[in-house]
Amino acid sequence: MPPRLLEVDNLNAYYGKSHILRGVTFHVDEGEIVGLLGRNGVGRSTTIKAIMGNVPPRGSIRLRGEEIAGLPPYQTARKGLGYVPETRDIFPGLTVKQNLQLGEKPGEVGGRWTMEDMFGMFPQLKDRADTRAGFLSGGEQQMLTICRTLMGDPSLVMIDEPTEGLSPMMVEHVARLLDEIAKRGVAILLVEQKLTIALKISHRLYVMGHGKIVFEGTPAELSSADAIRKEWLEV
Amino acid sequence: MLQLITFSALNGVLYGMLLFMMASGLTLIFSMMGVLNFAHASFYMLGAYFGFEISRRIGFWPGLVLAPLLVGAVGALVERYGLRRVHRLGHVSELLFTFGLAFVIEEMVQMVWGKLPVDYRGPPSLDFVAFRLFDTTYPAYRMFMLSVAVAMFVVLLALLTRTRVGLIIQAALTHPDMVAMLGHNVPRIFMLVFGAGAALAGLAGVIAGPALVTQPAMATLLGPILFVVIVVGGLGSLTGAFVASLLIGLLQTFAVAMNFSLAEVFGPTAPPFLDDLWRVTIAQLAPVMPYILLVLVLIVRPTGLMGTRES
Ligand SMILES: Nc1ncnc2c1ncn2[C@@H]1O[C@H](COP(=O)(O)OP(=O)(O)OP(=O)(O)O)[C@@H](O)[C@H]1O
Ligand SMILES: [Mg+2]
Repeated sequence: MPPRLLEVDNLNAYYGKSHILRGVTFHVDEGEIVGLLGRNGVGRSTTIKAIMGNVPPRGSIRLRGEEIAGLPPYQTARKGLGYVPETRDIFPGLTVKQNLQLGEKPGEVGGRWTMEDMFGMFPQLKDRADTRAGFLSGGEQQMLTICRTLMGDPSLVMIDEPTEGLSPMMVEHVARLLDEIAKRGVAILLVEQKLTIALKISHRLYVMGHGKIVFEGTPAELSSADAIRKEWLEV
Repeated sequence: MLQLITFSALNGVLYGMLLFMMASGLTLIFSMMGVLNFAHASFYMLGAYFGFEISRRIGFWPGLVLAPLLVGAVGALVERYGLRRVHRLGHVSELLFTFGLAFVIEEMVQMVWGKLPVDYRGPPSLDFVAFRLFDTTYPAYRMFMLSVAVAMFVVLLALLTRTRVGLIIQAALTHPDMVAMLGHNVPRIFMLVFGAGAALAGLAGVIAGPALVTQPAMATLLGPILFVVIVVGGLGSLTGAFVASLLIGLLQTFAVAMNFSLAEVFGPTAPPFLDDLWRVTIAQLAPVMPYILLVLVLIVRPTGLMGTRES
């Protein structure tokens, strides 16, 4: 059996003295959309940051069998991990096009995604290619961050709350994009607050509680697990 | 009067552009790494001394090229093996480190070249009069300094706005973490910017050395003015640093040229309590002008002219 795309094993992380992740274990397979759910402050963003190496991780993180825990973020990215932060972090002073260009990794050409693909999926971005990204609307900025990360041709994109603060129409748009990305063979780890979206597009789901994984299953299994939803998701 | 204005304007722009050659590096380093580099003016001094040493061995022109490169290499090494390690210990340690470095450089310069000014001269080929206005002349060397400074400015601008590295630097000014997570080697970019900033300051030293005085105190004399420039311009703003550099350059040069007192302008009848102030000439006030400007700007716009950040 080939090694899994991403395998996280007993991951621990700290902010100073506070112990945030207490042994997180999960995996993502090639081309899969995996949802990571949980209440606010439970440590979902920290999990992604620890995988990227932006927060120092303890434990094992393997990408196609290779141990990557503790690599500096730029190397994790070059190994094929893409990150779309919940803060979006577009480069406001640069144009849309320049933002996309910076998504390309140094010395790599001929990735799966071209700028034309991005503009094809989001004509709005094409119209505003030479606009400074700081002037885009929240939804447009969200599309730009996702596209910017895709330009780096990742094998796995970790997306943190992409639909937060977006209009229902925009949410639909983003959901369709994620589907499209997965169809092209890019796996997605999706941190999502909106249960409906997560249930709709994920192939598998994890629920986090108290810095650990407390549930793993398919959308159908989570829908019928009333007790889990009550204890770990509903407020 | 016309010649006074012409020459002061030229000198002011020249002084301003020199300030910007140093302030640009200082402010880029500050916004990227969050470090106020107290040793930045020391790189300027090193440039002047390296230029002096090379010029007396093989000539001024090789020095013009080699000295900034050497200073840049020193800067890159300082970042790679000094600052990067100290970084983990926090901002206070970084400040102390650059502070200490400034002293170390000054002591070393004194050990090698002595405490007295050295005789650093421009090339004989530039030893002529560029132009004459009425009875005052303007030396060719100053025109040369001005052209180098302007050329540097154009190159810097083109690098930052037209090249990929420039775009990465611009992005890293506001979002260094995000830039790294797109796969760019941000620590190496930091080293590059620190080295390039040092090289720019070094170049300013090489060309200013022969026109001003090359001495061990030149870093200490310049340092405070540089900080005034980047604070007045707004910490982290390159445009702000440019405007503030020119402003302070012009302000000081014009002030020096105005060798008259308020009494001569407004008449001898001063309000009694201002009697002493009335007799001070503007030229005497020139050295404090930047600080007066600093206080005024901070009162009116605490973030500096173009700054956005609060602290
Ligand atoms: N930089 C930080 N320093 C200290 N504590 C932090 C830091 N970032 C997050 N925390 C704390 O760590 C815990 C987990 O944060 P995290 O951002 O991972 O939560 P989350 O599950 O993504 O939730 P949400 O995004 O809804 O806030 C929270 O209690 C948060 O207060
Ligand atoms: Mg979060």
